Amino acid sequence: MRLTKLSRNLAIALGLGLLASTAAMAAEGATARHHVKEVEFEFEGPFGTYDRGALQRGYQVYKEVCAACHSLSYIAFRNLADKGGPEFSEAQARALAAAVKVQAEPNDKGETTDDAGAPLTRPAVLADKLPSPFPNDNAARANNGGALPPDLSLIAKARMDGPHYVYSLLTGYDEKAPGSFHVPDGKYYNPYFEGWAIGMPKPLSNNGVTYSDGTKATIEQQAHDVVTFLSWTAEPKMEDRKRMGFGVLIFLLALAGILFAAYRRVWKDAH
Amino acid sequence: MSGPSTYNPKSGLEKWIDSRLPLPRLMHDTISTFPTPRNLNIWYTFGGILTFCLAVQIVTGIVLAMHYVASANLAFNSVEAIMRDVNYGWLIRYVHANGASMFFLAVYIHMFRGLYYGSYKAPRELIWIIGVLIYLLLMATAFFGYVLPWGQMSFWGATVITNMFSAVPVVGQAIATWLWGDFAVGDATLNRFFSLHYLLPFIIAGVVGLHIWALHVPGNNNPLGIDVKSPQDTVPFHPYYTVKDAFYLVCFVILFAGFVFFEPDFFGNPDNYQPANPLVTPPEIVPEWYLLPFYAMLRSIPDKLLGVIVMAGAIVTLVFIPWLDTSRVRSCRFRPLMKQFFWAFAVVCVILGYCGAQSVEATAFGVPLVWVARIATLYYFAYFWLIMPIIGLIETPKKLPPSIAQSVLGDSAVTSAE
Repeated sequence: MRLTKLSRNLAIALGLGLLASTAAMAAEGATARHHVKEVEFEFEGPFGTYDRGALQRGYQVYKEVCAACHSLSYIAFRNLADKGGPEFSEAQARALAAAVKVQAEPNDKGETTDDAGAPLTRPAVLADKLPSPFPNDNAARANNGGALPPDLSLIAKARMDGPHYVYSLLTGYDEKAPGSFHVPDGKYYNPYFEGWAIGMPKPLSNNGVTYSDGTKATIEQQAHDVVTFLSWTAEPKMEDRKRMGFGVLIFLLALAGILFAAYRRVWKDAH
Repeated sequence: MSGPSTYNPKSGLEKWIDSRLPLPRLMHDTISTFPTPRNLNIWYTFGGILTFCLAVQIVTGIVLAMHYVASANLAFNSVEAIMRDVNYGWLIRYVHANGASMFFLAVYIHMFRGLYYGSYKAPRELIWIIGVLIYLLLMATAFFGYVLPWGQMSFWGATVITNMFSAVPVVGQAIATWLWGDFAVGDATLNRFFSLHYLLPFIIAGVVGLHIWALHVPGNNNPLGIDVKSPQDTVPFHPYYTVKDAFYLVCFVILFAGFVFFEPDFFGNPDNYQPANPLVTPPEIVPEWYLLPFYAMLRSIPDKLLGVIVMAGAIVTLVFIPWLDTSRVRSCRFRPLMKQFFWAFAVVCVILGYCGAQSVEATAFGVPLVWVARIATLYYFAYFWLIMPIIGLIETPKKLPPSIAQSVLGDSAVTSAE
C-alpha cells in the first residue's frame, strides 16, 4: 500500500516535471533573436493558396533587389509559368527570360570569352535556371564583406518559421540598437537575425521598386510579396499538395466509414 | 502454426497446387482461420499497421532510389529535383519522410502495448526478442536514411553518431575511420549508407517474417493476459480481425495523410533544407524525434564512453525483459502496482525525449535539464532492473477472470458452451 502511494506520488511528480519543462522556456542569451513578427500570408493554413499578384510582384522584387547578391539556383524561367506558381503566361515568361543575360555555351571557335576577356553571354530561354550573381562562393564573399549571401530557393523552409522570419528580417532594420550593443564595422543592426549583426544592408526602401499593377510599394508590401514568392520557390507544389490532400482525406474518411460499418456488422454477435 | 491444419482444398487446381507447394494451406491456416483471442483491443491493430508501414517505405523508397544520386555533390540537388521535376516526386518523398516518423510512432505504441500486457512473457520470449532486433534494425535504417538528403542535419547527425564509435578505447578511432571509409564523413560514407539503407529494409522484412512465425506458434496474447482455453475464447482471424485491422489502419492512414499533405515538414528540421557544409556546424545538432530519448541519455553522461555504454545498454536491456519480469501475471490490468510504475515509465520516456530536443544548457524552472535527464535515465534502468523483478515478487495481483469468453460475453457464454 505504501509502495502504491509512493509510485503515485512519483508519477505525479514526473507529470508535473514534464508540464514544467514544456512550459518553461530555455534561458535566452543576451543577443537571442527577437520573435518573428505576426503577419498573415494567403498561403498559410490548409486552404491557403499563393496570391498570384504577390508572386508576380515578388519575382519583380527578387529580380530588382535580391538578385544583386542572392542566387535562386533551383528555379528555371519555365517555372515562372508553372501552374500553382506566379503563372505568368508562357510568352511573358519567355520575355522575362530574354531580359536576363546568362553565360553562353562555347562558340564555334570553342571560346567562352570575348576578345576583352569577358564571358560570352546570351539572352536566357525558358529552360535556363536563373543565373547566379557571382561565379562562386569566394567571389560572393569578396563582394559582401566576407559574408556569403545564401541561395534563396529554399530559404522559406530552411529557417524556423521561414516566411515570418524572412518577413521580419526584411522589415526589421529600422529598430534602434540598444546602447550596450556594439554593431561591428560593415555589419548592420537587425534584432531578428541571430547575433543581431547582419552583413546585408537594409535591402528594401519605400518605392524602391515600381509595381506595374499600381500596388503601392511600401517596404511591408514588398516584403510580403517577396516572401510569398520565396515560399513558392521553396514549396512549388504546395497547391497541388493541398488539393490532392483534400481528395485523399475525403476518400479515406468514406473508406473508414464503410469499414466501420463492416466492422460493427461482423462483430455484432461476437461480443 | 501450431496444431493440425484445417485446410481443405476445394477445387482440383487447389489440390494440385497444395500437394506441390502448400502456399494456399499456409495462407488459410495463418490468415483465414487462425484462432485469435476475441478480446483484442485497438492496441493490437498496430502489428498490421507496422506491416503496412514497412511496405509503404519499401515501395516509396524503391521509386525514390530511381531518382536519387548518392554523391556528396549531387545528393541534395537530386532530392530537390525529386521535389520539383519528378512527377509526383514531392508526394513520394513526403510519404517516405513522414512514413519513417509514422513507422516509429506505430512501433512505440506496439512496444508499449507489449510491455503493458506482458506480451514478452513465456511462451512469447522469442517474439519479443525478435521484435527488439527489428527495432534495432529500424533505428539503423532510419539513421542511414536521414543522412541521404545530405542536408546540414544529415551530415552533422552522421558525424555525431559515427563519432560515438570513436569512444571505444584504443581501436575507437580506427573503427570510426573504417565506418566512414575516409577520415571524416564524406562521399564514401554517403555511398555506403545508401547501400545499407537499401539493404536493411529487406532484412527487416525477413525478420518480420520470423516475428510473425513465432507469433503463430502460441498465438496472440490478449489484454487479459490469460491463455486461450477453449475455442469459445477465439474467433477466426478472418473476417473478425481483418476488418478490425483494416478499419484502424485507415484511421492511422488518415493521420499519416494529414501530415503528408498539410504539415509535411512537421517532423523535419529546417537545417536539413540547407546543403551539408562540413565547415559550418549547426548551433544545435538534434536527431530525429524517435531517437531523442537515447540522445538525452548520451548527453546526460559527462564521460563519452560511459554515455555510449548507457545508451546501448538502454536498448540491450530490452532483450532481458522476459526474465526480469518475475510476475506470474502477464497483464498490467491485474497488476495494480506495476501499472503505476508502467505509466511513470511512459512519462519518463517522454521527458527524456523532451530533454534530448533541448540545448545542453537548457533549464526548466531553474533545474538544469541535464539533471532531469539523469534522473529520468536512472528511472529507465531502475524500471527494468529493479522495479520489474521486485514488484513481481511482492505485488498481489487482482483475481484473473476464468476465461476470455466469460470476460467478454458474460456468464451466458459459459452456459451456452456447456
